[in-house]
Amino acid sequence: MINKKKLRLGGLPARHGALPTSALEELLASINKKPAELHDTHTAHLVVHHNKVLGAHLVPGLKMDVNEMKDGIRAVIKIKDGTIIENPVQICFGMLPEKGIQKILMDVNCGKNSKISIIAHCSFPNALDITHIMDAKINIEEGAEYRYFERHVHGGGGGTKVYPKAKVNLEKGARFATEFELIKGRVGLIDINYETNCGEDSSLEMTARISGYANDIIRINETGHLNGENSRGFLNSRIAVRDSARADIYNKLTASAAGARGHVDCKEIVQDKAAASATPVVEVSHPQARITHEAAIGSVDSKQLQTLMARGLSEKESVALIIRGLLK
Amino acid sequence: MNKTENILELKNLSLKLGGKTILNGINAVFEAGIIYAIVGPNGAGKSTLASALMGLPDFRNIDGDILFEGKSIKNLAADKRAKLGITLGWQEPARFEGISISDYLMASAKDKKKGNMEYAMNAVGLNPGNYLHRGCDKTLSGGERKRVEIASILVMEPKLTLLDEPDSGIDIEALDKMFEVIQTLKRKGSSIILITHSLEVLKHSQKAFLMCHGGIRDSGSSEKISSYFHDKCMPCDLKYIAEQGIPYDK
Repeated sequence: MINKKKLRLGGLPARHGALPTSALEELLASINKKPAELHDTHTAHLVVHHNKVLGAHLVPGLKMDVNEMKDGIRAVIKIKDGTIIENPVQICFGMLPEKGIQKILMDVNCGKNSKISIIAHCSFPNALDITHIMDAKINIEEGAEYRYFERHVHGGGGGTKVYPKAKVNLEKGARFATEFELIKGRVGLIDINYETNCGEDSSLEMTARISGYANDIIRINETGHLNGENSRGFLNSRIAVRDSARADIYNKLTASAAGARGHVDCKEIVQDKAAASATPVVEVSHPQARITHEAAIGSVDSKQLQTLMARGLSEKESVALIIRGLLK
Repeated sequence: MNKTENILELKNLSLKLGGKTILNGINAVFEAGIIYAIVGPNGAGKSTLASALMGLPDFRNIDGDILFEGKSIKNLAADKRAKLGITLGWQEPARFEGISISDYLMASAKDKKKGNMEYAMNAVGLNPGNYLHRGCDKTLSGGERKRVEIASILVMEPKLTLLDEPDSGIDIEALDKMFEVIQTLKRKGSSIILITHSLEVLKHSQKAFLMCHGGIRDSGSSEKISSYFHDKCMPCDLKYIAEQGIPYDK
């Protein structure tokens, strides 16, 4: 439900308010940043705590209309035709309390031949029972490029539930790349659901790197439709699970146009009583299209392990290094 | 010879894999500071012997004993043997996703100074500025990966280096570098065992063992073994084997 205050941030200077400065500092500290880093006028940012915008700064050609809602925000983001945003936009969506729900509804449009890269820090450092829902509709116009890097910081108790969902449309020659990475804390539950339609000469690249343990649950459901001639798609998952964590990865690529090329690559390392599944689905309905896939699930590669042990690393050190590499 | 001058002794070493005898009662003594070759045709058991010496899983269930510097290492896992100073360079080294060459060398190095990594890369003929940041992964050619493997051994400063088919996948120019590095390892105090079926590699050793059907059939100077290997093993002289009473699968 849309709330009261509608923030039109287009062209406005940095704004801090709603919550005490200490909340901003604490939220930024959780992602290893300081408020002073937000003072760079050449770098756009948006900091949202629960449903409050704590800070925002825009750069020419980037427009954001943000509505605060009861449990989150709705953001309409537009990049003007031909705008090249040099510095990655820094976004922080977070919640400091132990419990709560945060919904982020995003409507993104990248104008023709524009280019933007967003680093979205999603931080829930104290989570005992936090649900974070991101529902995005993204349109990338002809020749535009949109890169979205999602970096998560979760509490150590496993009380975070994350539901990133996006519908993406790539017009002719558009490029979309996204990476999801948990850099600190426990997964809890991560349930990713992305679907992308790829037009002529467009390119899609999706990567997830997640390590789960205890009773964490990782679900990835990514679909790419290579509908345009010479479109490209790459779905890449790198997962490690141990203890009794579980990962289920469903990657689907379809190709229905001449010259469409795609690849699905899923690697999962399973230790202890953890379990993992990988379901690569490839569908080709044009004789000049081609999609390949590979999936490897199992324990750490024995030759890699033996090689490192033959250099003097213990088995535990070797496994840790191999998994760090996989998730890098 | 005084026992302490031996880096490695194999005492009646045998190993069965899948019910089949692969190593059959091997007795051998390796003196410290010498470059040895273990030569033999494909299927002789050479790589199995290297794996057993390194203590790799699946190759640990041996009969007999392996003494390193006079002490049994039979019950030690590979990492414990490596900590004592034994290492193995694989014929086809593993490739690692997300691990840079720098990370790999650093993990292997005894002294983790950056200068040591650069020195090792230069020693194997790879420009450190161009390579250290690269992934130790499938983007490297076979020859590049092999040279990185040797660099990782150089920075480890082992007492005993086992190199399985060191010339495999390497071009002629790089091969010279490889032999230079083997000499460097020797100068730094490492004993070397080259596992090979190549006469060219055999030439770079000082002493050699001829291996056939899981056993050591002869030993001595590399010249002597080279001549025998050339005359009797290339191709394998089955008639001679039968005359000598060497057990083999027909």
